[in-house]
Amino acid sequence: MSGSNDLRSVDVVIIGGGPAGLSAAVAAHEEGCDSILVLERDNCLGGILNQCIHNGFGLHRFKEELTGPEYAHRFVRRVEEEGIPYKLNTMVMDVSPERVVTAMNRDDGMFQVQAGAVVLAMGCRERPRGALNIPGCRPAGIYTAGTAQRLVNVEGYLPGREVVILGSGDIGLIMARRMTLEGAKVKVVAELLPYSGGLKRNIVQCLDDFGIPLKLSHTVVDIEGAERVKAVTIARVGPDRRPIPGTEERYACDTLLLSCGLIPENELSSACGVRLSPVTSGPVVNESFETSVLGIFACGNVLHVHDLVDYVSEEADEAGRRAVAFVHGELGPAGAGQRDAAHARIAVRATGGVRYTVPSTIDPVRMADKLTVRFRVGDVCQDAYVSVYLDGERVQHRRKQIMAPGEMEQVILRKADLVGRPGLSSVTVAVERE
Amino acid sequence: METRRLTCINCPMGCQLEVTVGDGGKVVSVTGNGCRRGDVYGRKEVTNPTRTVTSTVVVRDGASERVSVKTKEDVPKRLIFDVMDVINRTTVTAPVHVGDVLVDDVCGTGVPLVATAEVGVR
Repeated sequence: MSGSNDLRSVDVVIIGGGPAGLSAAVAAHEEGCDSILVLERDNCLGGILNQCIHNGFGLHRFKEELTGPEYAHRFVRRVEEEGIPYKLNTMVMDVSPERVVTAMNRDDGMFQVQAGAVVLAMGCRERPRGALNIPGCRPAGIYTAGTAQRLVNVEGYLPGREVVILGSGDIGLIMARRMTLEGAKVKVVAELLPYSGGLKRNIVQCLDDFGIPLKLSHTVVDIEGAERVKAVTIARVGPDRRPIPGTEERYACDTLLLSCGLIPENELSSACGVRLSPVTSGPVVNESFETSVLGIFACGNVLHVHDLVDYVSEEADEAGRRAVAFVHGELGPAGAGQRDAAHARIAVRATGGVRYTVPSTIDPVRMADKLTVRFRVGDVCQDAYVSVYLDGERVQHRRKQIMAPGEMEQVILRKADLVGRPGLSSVTVAVERE
Repeated sequence: METRRLTCINCPMGCQLEVTVGDGGKVVSVTGNGCRRGDVYGRKEVTNPTRTVTSTVVVRDGASERVSVKTKEDVPKRLIFDVMDVINRTTVTAPVHVGDVLVDDVCGTGVPLVATAEVGVR
């Protein structure tokens, strides 16, 4: 391996060529940065959008309804037109706190790049069977919904004929429809929680349209089959989410799809020393999408799992721009842990049913005129208020008819409000009854 | 008179709508909706439900085996499986570009089937 003095230098290295990485790359280029490198593990750009062939993407960003591949194409085309460099089939092995990126592929072998700034955009992965503790045999025919989606939509294989789906997240719902359209029989969708984490639109158009039953407060208690799945047994669960004996129902089937949550993919981040949030499993970031490690930024599903790619792009634009500002020394004293007194760091607190916020700290000097703070609630809340407090003073109080854990919420903070309060120590986002 | 029960899709409330349809298929009333969007949705869903159909088509000589496709506009919901039949009988030769028309008029709807991804030549 080459010594550090003859390392190739690149201003902004972006890890991941999915929607977040592509948006960050285009935004960094628009900001005047001509030294960018996107590193992508797959054999094409676009990430998970390539297999999300259904429509519903881009309503916020482009004011029209696109499919996943079309949405990705808009960004890939920009990357190609602007000649932004990228490497495919390239696996990043390590990111050091000094921003040396170690990666490998078949053409270059192992190589290292000294990055001026790094944007983490690795996305997320699905919670697999092993993380769910489902009892029963371990036959073939058990897939995560996203794996089945890739098999059907990209590879052109139907992974099964008679299907049970556990989990009613959007990917599970989308795959219920997709498998049905391709001739499979989806017998039931079981959801552990008393509500679905999926969009109402998907429940209606993916399940109701095809007469597929959704069983809330149900889980899988047994999988049968030596070679291949033969049957799946589901049972009702109580408020403690434990199966209730005597409520078992057996479904003969050859396939079980799992749509049981997404986890940000942060092995590189944690090895680099980036501090992660125990709630989101993604990096803790400030208003500039900067992590706890100097010059390392994060955006997209590696930061927190999104429902809408439009918001991924919006955040990634900002992360890309801020990475360029960092390289140009325009971001001011940086590093969430190393800020001086002139750049007071204000904590953003999540309380009263708000599970987390992104960002979790704000430097009012560095923040833009308006800053979007995104959050999720922990439970379904009806007729509640979203409130924002600056220290003890309530400055926003907005009624929401309904909020659900499956839909990301936001509040917008104004820079003028924050800089106008010297000594401000915290911003609190809360859900309140009145 | 017939009453149809629907779930409104406009927001996470998912209001349970009851749409009453009179003789001749005219909507008499929509109840259960929390806002105006529910009324509009209920009427449309009962009189003229439509959907965009998305799937994949086999590619010959392409860098990948399949290309994703969609009906360029919504088509009547009752035709979803007829549209799938047409899609499953369609093949295309690479290269394919986003927006390429693969079928001019799917099932007499006047709506074309278009590619939604790029596929280069193998």
